[in-house]
Amino acid sequence: APTCLSKPPLSAFTSSGSPAVLARLPGSRVPPPANNTAPQPPLAMPTVSVGRDRLFAALGRVYTQDEFEALCFDFGIELDDVTTEKAIIRKEKHLEEDVEADGDDEVIYKIEVAANRYDLLCLEGLARSLRIFTGSEATPIFKIASIPRGSMLQMHVRPQTSQIRPYVVCAVLRGVTFAEVRYNSFIDLQDKLHQNICRKRTLVAIGTHDLDTLQGPFSYEALPPQEINFIPLKQEQTFRADALMDFYRSDMKLKKFLHIIENSPVYPVIYDSNRTVLSLPPIINGAHSAITLKTRNVFIECTATDLTKANIVLNTMVAMFSEYCENKFEVEPVEVVSHDGSTAIYPDLSCYKMEVSLSDIVGPIGISLDETQVISLLNKMQLQADLCSSNREPCISVSVPPTRSDVLHARDLAEDVAIAYGYNNVPKSKPKSMTIGGRQPLNRFSDKIRAEVARAGYMEVLTFVLTSHEENFDMLNRTDDGNKAVIIANPRTSEFEVVRSSLMSCLLKTLKHNIDHPRPIKIFEVGDVVSLDTSRDVGASNNRRLAALYCNSNSGFEEIMGLVDRIVKIVRAPHINFGQTYYVPSSEPEFFTKRQCKIVMSDGKQVGYLGIVHAEVC
Amino acid sequence: WRRRSRRRTWRARSSPTSTPTARSPTRAPSPPIKRLRAFHIIESTVRHGVVPPQDITREAWVLTDEAKGYAAGGSREVHLVAAIPPEGASRAALKEEFGDVVFDIARKAAAKNKWIRFERGIVLRTVEDTTDEMQELLKRVENGEVVPDLIKELKRRKLVTKEKVIWYSLKKGPEFVVKRKTLATDVTREHLKSGDWKDLEFKDYNYEAQGQPIAIGYSQPLLEVREAIQNIFLEMGFSEMPTNMFVESSFWNFDALFQPQQHPARDSHDTFFLKAPATTTQLPDDYLEKVKQVHQSGGYGSKGYGYDWKRDEAEKNLLRTHTTAVSARMLYKLAQEEHFAPNS
Repeated sequence: APTCLSKPPLSAFTSSGSPAVLARLPGSRVPPPANNTAPQPPLAMPTVSVGRDRLFAALGRVYTQDEFEALCFDFGIELDDVTTEKAIIRKEKHLEEDVEADGDDEVIYKIEVAANRYDLLCLEGLARSLRIFTGSEATPIFKIASIPRGSMLQMHVRPQTSQIRPYVVCAVLRGVTFAEVRYNSFIDLQDKLHQNICRKRTLVAIGTHDLDTLQGPFSYEALPPQEINFIPLKQEQTFRADALMDFYRSDMKLKKFLHIIENSPVYPVIYDSNRTVLSLPPIINGAHSAITLKTRNVFIECTATDLTKANIVLNTMVAMFSEYCENKFEVEPVEVVSHDGSTAIYPDLSCYKMEVSLSDIVGPIGISLDETQVISLLNKMQLQADLCSSNREPCISVSVPPTRSDVLHARDLAEDVAIAYGYNNVPKSKPKSMTIGGRQPLNRFSDKIRAEVARAGYMEVLTFVLTSHEENFDMLNRTDDGNKAVIIANPRTSEFEVVRSSLMSCLLKTLKHNIDHPRPIKIFEVGDVVSLDTSRDVGASNNRRLAALYCNSNSGFEEIMGLVDRIVKIVRAPHINFGQTYYVPSSEPEFFTKRQCKIVMSDGKQVGYLGIVHAEVC
Repeated sequence: WRRRSRRRTWRARSSPTSTPTARSPTRAPSPPIKRLRAFHIIESTVRHGVVPPQDITREAWVLTDEAKGYAAGGSREVHLVAAIPPEGASRAALKEEFGDVVFDIARKAAAKNKWIRFERGIVLRTVEDTTDEMQELLKRVENGEVVPDLIKELKRRKLVTKEKVIWYSLKKGPEFVVKRKTLATDVTREHLKSGDWKDLEFKDYNYEAQGQPIAIGYSQPLLEVREAIQNIFLEMGFSEMPTNMFVESSFWNFDALFQPQQHPARDSHDTFFLKAPATTTQLPDDYLEKVKQVHQSGGYGSKGYGYDWKRDEAEKNLLRTHTTAVSARMLYKLAQEEHFAPNS
């Protein structure tokens, strides 16, 4: 039977003998995730799929793949994958190589972009940014069409909307021509924005409509679901809103948005003056105002719980697609009239003005450029820069367009200058001042202990900090009084429910998975356990412990005692006078009675315990 | 030493070093030894410094016993012809004299040589004298002559068989000894004490065998890598931060690092939030106010995020998602110092 040594105050760290035990204990299956939804890849960078030839046509020249990769790299994006629509469909449907699949052979580039660059989520924005970057185009200036206030389209906001989804912003694109690819791009961008900044439509939801099928002024209301009736997109019959919720429960795409409004007493809804439903945000648009390839005038509305983000989304939509308007880059405004009478005109395409000293831009990067050079670099990144008129020190004034909502601070300007300059071109340097380094005393001490125990012939293991509730308590014959362990609210699997409060279960688990290892098995770990601690601001604290385990055909109690003696000898501070015996009989549930003891210092403090592991344990 | 492949007995020659001849086996004084045993004996002579034996294989045709009879006394066909009187003899009479089998064989051979002819059941001579070529041939083969073109006929008539003889030639090597010596495998205390070590000769070690595995302790490889990385920073003058605190508040882990409260990283998908302890009770209030302001409306050169910042969200506890949370705490602590200076 294995004998286990555990010492609470000392740090105990575990290292795995065989590499397999560290990463994944051999023989242990990873249980399926607690919830059955496929786990999202954590914060994957958004990928935009664009047809290669379309992209090159938009860029005005053809690149080899290497050339294009280099261009992407310089700009700060990455060509992730090259594929075809056929290959994508084949992959989705898990078809074999030679089986006929739908889709064409048009080469598709999948480009990875930064998660905060909403202006790069569609081909239009991507191509435009690259054209500006390579200098073949200037940053567009977006204009609001000059419509007299009285003739502007209006959106009236009713007070009930503040219960569920308070904000709405709108805009109109006049005289657009939708070829099929542009239309697909338009829809795709909405999808990407929904996934991205809109946080799956919870913060913002976009609705786009054929303006010619509607009659302004519009009203944004929130009504009980029973009072809302309309024909939703792609359907032919009229649905009542509450029935519609049930209807979409089986819809793969829409069911995950139902929770946003379904339990609310009122659902948000947009009507035109003929009481035609434009949309039931954030679920679905009405069929009546659906956009087709023949649509000429587009009405865009964004409902939201976050006004800042709603504006960013609306600005992105119009900035990307206003290039297809009759008056290029011109957007027609809409007036939003709030229930308290206040009005606002959207979209707000104003540029954010910043005045930054030259040193604030080039200093943090570590390069030396003059204002002219910095200005040209900023312009490449769509940040309209110019010399500052005033100021003693060199200064740059920047006009950040609505497409660059990610620029918040001078540091963001510095970042863009660095990207345009090329990170690889920034010269490396060493720190100019000398400092004296040092280790944390606890870690220094831990490392010494680890080395000693390894010298004693023990194999270091490194086990998981998270463990299951059962392993932490029941398996050690211990009960959870609720005051001991830190418990995770959203564990992914039952393996990771609590933070370990003892190293013993970790060592025993390691032993279990390596039970066929030749005897004797001698393992140890020095590591942290966590326990609830009201004296700390967060309510818990770490405790560094050492644990060692001896397993052989004999119990080896004296072996473990020998190890304890060795450690006590090397650790004891000279002025602490240890008594003859520091072993005191104990009665812990994880060991056999009378086959265990605790280690007590001469000041009466218990520093650890050891014993022959009880047969009922694991 | 000569070995006969047919008979499984040995005959030892008197002199082990002379060249063998196939012709002259001498009867050795020692009793016959079984082939395999003799083979082992030969192999073991190598230990006595005898050069490893060369084996020489000879093949020879030898007469069968029947053929020996003919070689000595003349072939059957000659006898048959001699037994026929001038007037001829009947088959039956000849058969009676020689026996059926012998008569048949002799008749065929004689007929082949055209020494007899048949006339109305009577066998008649055709020649007066016969030269016993067969006897001549057999005698020649018996004497060791090689007759490749005629051997086929002899083989067909079962008058010869092939005999394989394997000879081993043994020669004394430079280390030839008559008496055999035992080799020592180890040096022992007794050898040293008694002085026997002076006479020791050692058996060869098999260096290709592994040594005995020793019982040792191990360091965890990942932790060794960690140590190497730590040393890089220490050597550059960095001081280690205290990171032994797994439970952290959202405030230090996210908000103090300007990560907005609706950011996907704060999703329950990507962060372990805690049931116990669920919230942080103490946060530095003045600093918290500043953090709130910057998130909501900017400051310190920033535009801010423009959303409503909530204290409840910041108080949520989680398992630290990055060590930068410790950096945030350290920076706050450093900011409380009077003067900012490099650590020394």
